[in-house]
Amino acid sequence: MNSQTKTNQVVTANKANMKANKKEGFKHEFNKNAALFLMLLPGLIVMLINNYLPMFGLVFAFRKMDNYRNLFGTAWVGLKNFEYLFGSNTAWVITRNTIGYNLVFIIIGIVFPVVMAIGLNELRNKRAGKLYQSLFFIPYFLSWVVISYLTMGLLSSEFGVINRLLESVGKERIAWYTSPEYWPYIIVLVNTWKWTGYDTIVYLASVVGINKELFEAAAVDGASRMQQIWYITIPSLIPLAIVLVLIRLGRMFYTDMGLFYSVPRNMGPLINATNTIDTYVYRAFVQTGDVGLASAAGFYQAVLGLVVILTFNAIVRKYDKDSAII
Amino acid sequence: MKIGKNHDSEAGIQISKGANLILNILFILIAAACVYPLFLVFAVSFTDETSLAFNGYALIPKEFSLSAYTYILKTMNTIVNAYGVSIFVTIVGSIIGLFVMAMYAYPLARDDFKYRGIFNVIIVVTMLFSGGLVPTYMVYVNVLHLKNSLAALILMYLFSAFYVMIIRTFYKTNVSKSLIEAAQIDGAHEFKIFFQIVMPLAKPALATIMMFSMLVYWNDWYGPLLYIEKTNLYNLQYLMYTVQAKIANLAILSRGNVSLQDIPSETARMALAIVAIGPIILAYPFFQRYFEKGITLGATKE
Repeated sequence: MNSQTKTNQVVTANKANMKANKKEGFKHEFNKNAALFLMLLPGLIVMLINNYLPMFGLVFAFRKMDNYRNLFGTAWVGLKNFEYLFGSNTAWVITRNTIGYNLVFIIIGIVFPVVMAIGLNELRNKRAGKLYQSLFFIPYFLSWVVISYLTMGLLSSEFGVINRLLESVGKERIAWYTSPEYWPYIIVLVNTWKWTGYDTIVYLASVVGINKELFEAAAVDGASRMQQIWYITIPSLIPLAIVLVLIRLGRMFYTDMGLFYSVPRNMGPLINATNTIDTYVYRAFVQTGDVGLASAAGFYQAVLGLVVILTFNAIVRKYDKDSAII
Repeated sequence: MKIGKNHDSEAGIQISKGANLILNILFILIAAACVYPLFLVFAVSFTDETSLAFNGYALIPKEFSLSAYTYILKTMNTIVNAYGVSIFVTIVGSIIGLFVMAMYAYPLARDDFKYRGIFNVIIVVTMLFSGGLVPTYMVYVNVLHLKNSLAALILMYLFSAFYVMIIRTFYKTNVSKSLIEAAQIDGAHEFKIFFQIVMPLAKPALATIMMFSMLVYWNDWYGPLLYIEKTNLYNLQYLMYTVQAKIANLAILSRGNVSLQDIPSETARMALAIVAIGPIILAYPFFQRYFEKGITLGATKE
């Protein structure tokens, strides 16, 4: 009995001691490296505002939110906001659009840039290659608003180049901005136009880095240039492509507001073809003022987004440890 | 590779001249597709309004006119103001952002800093999970009262976990530890070491990051869409966006609260687009190199 109390005391004392040590450790570290902590401070404040404080707002999805001025709303409503969200067909449409467009973007985002990068590398006139590359890269620098002006120049029903072209060959004009059936193609085309030049640069760096001796050895063995590309260039790009695809899959619940909101000019008739989770949240929040519904959709996106990013990040780790974010 | 045989050995690892020609033609067509819309907008901005209505958009104006630009000169105040906002936010945002990120990355790159693991986790979490639009808006508007404040536009893009990781990697590989240790032994203060040794050595990475961030600020229209209501705080992109939105409203309502006089003509709008693209195209030859380097630097960590 006596000895047990003693042991207990010793344990508690040890624990207290350890705590003190830890505290002193931090204190000591803080005193030693006060300057380093000070350097971290501005970044910590910005992250607190932009990332960490908003995370508390995820509970809005379970609250009755009449008005955005009313922080944290008025009452708990359980899953009511979610019942409302999933009660309509909209939840399905926005999920389908978000995932569907992203998958198409990912596939095009490998095929086109890889082909272009290999092609640029094959050119006999390297200077021309540099020039093409500069021109392919230009769309990346343009804002979505500017791009929405450019697409309107092509698609505007009265003045647009495409409708004038249709007329000149004796066909009827198409009211592009009120015909949703064309928009899946338009969205994909515009996205490809903006990003292909950028992605090409990523793959080109990798193509240029392939050891030349491999090709020379293959040539000695009588392999044609096409065979060399097929058996040497493409296989050596696969690891990079896998990592890029996995990282993009991890973001498949997020879309660009510029592409899905500004380019279709927020036109009502296009909504089924262009509505994604992001545009839905924005419209519910800002245009119809349904804060609860917008919060529920935002929560849905955040949770699914976390699940896929953790999943695909775990797979990335298997392929290339350095490319994994955790 | 033996000298003299150089030409022969190249032959086996090159495409044929015919294939080269076809490839060049294909690339010229793709390059044309990349710049065609830009030339089109440029041409339309110099086209006479009535000729446009008659002929539609064309690469070569049927009737040349400067009326779009005289219209822009007339509404000069709004545009100059928006330009000012864009330039201010771009410069202030990218400079502050650069220092905030460069400073945050430094302790993470120091092996002797015991708590670097925790502070690394703090940035990784921001890449995994976010509160989303509604809570972020409420923090900005209800808690910090940043509605109609340029600070909101600056704060939004001040810190990117991805850029911090690139900078940290650059410090680790390009700033030698012995140099820092030598300075410490000389009794230099941490801040002095950081600003006078580390930052200058990391210039290539920092310049690249700053340019990416400048582009983000210059092209931002979403920030003003959320937080700016006062017209004198519109930036260039948002000014263009509102013009576009007014026309969309007009198309839906055909009559309504938007009057035709408010809306610049077709050609004037394209002139506005040219005015907004101008600085980017002018800076492009200078910027391009940095961007290409930056993309390959962080290719897999986007």
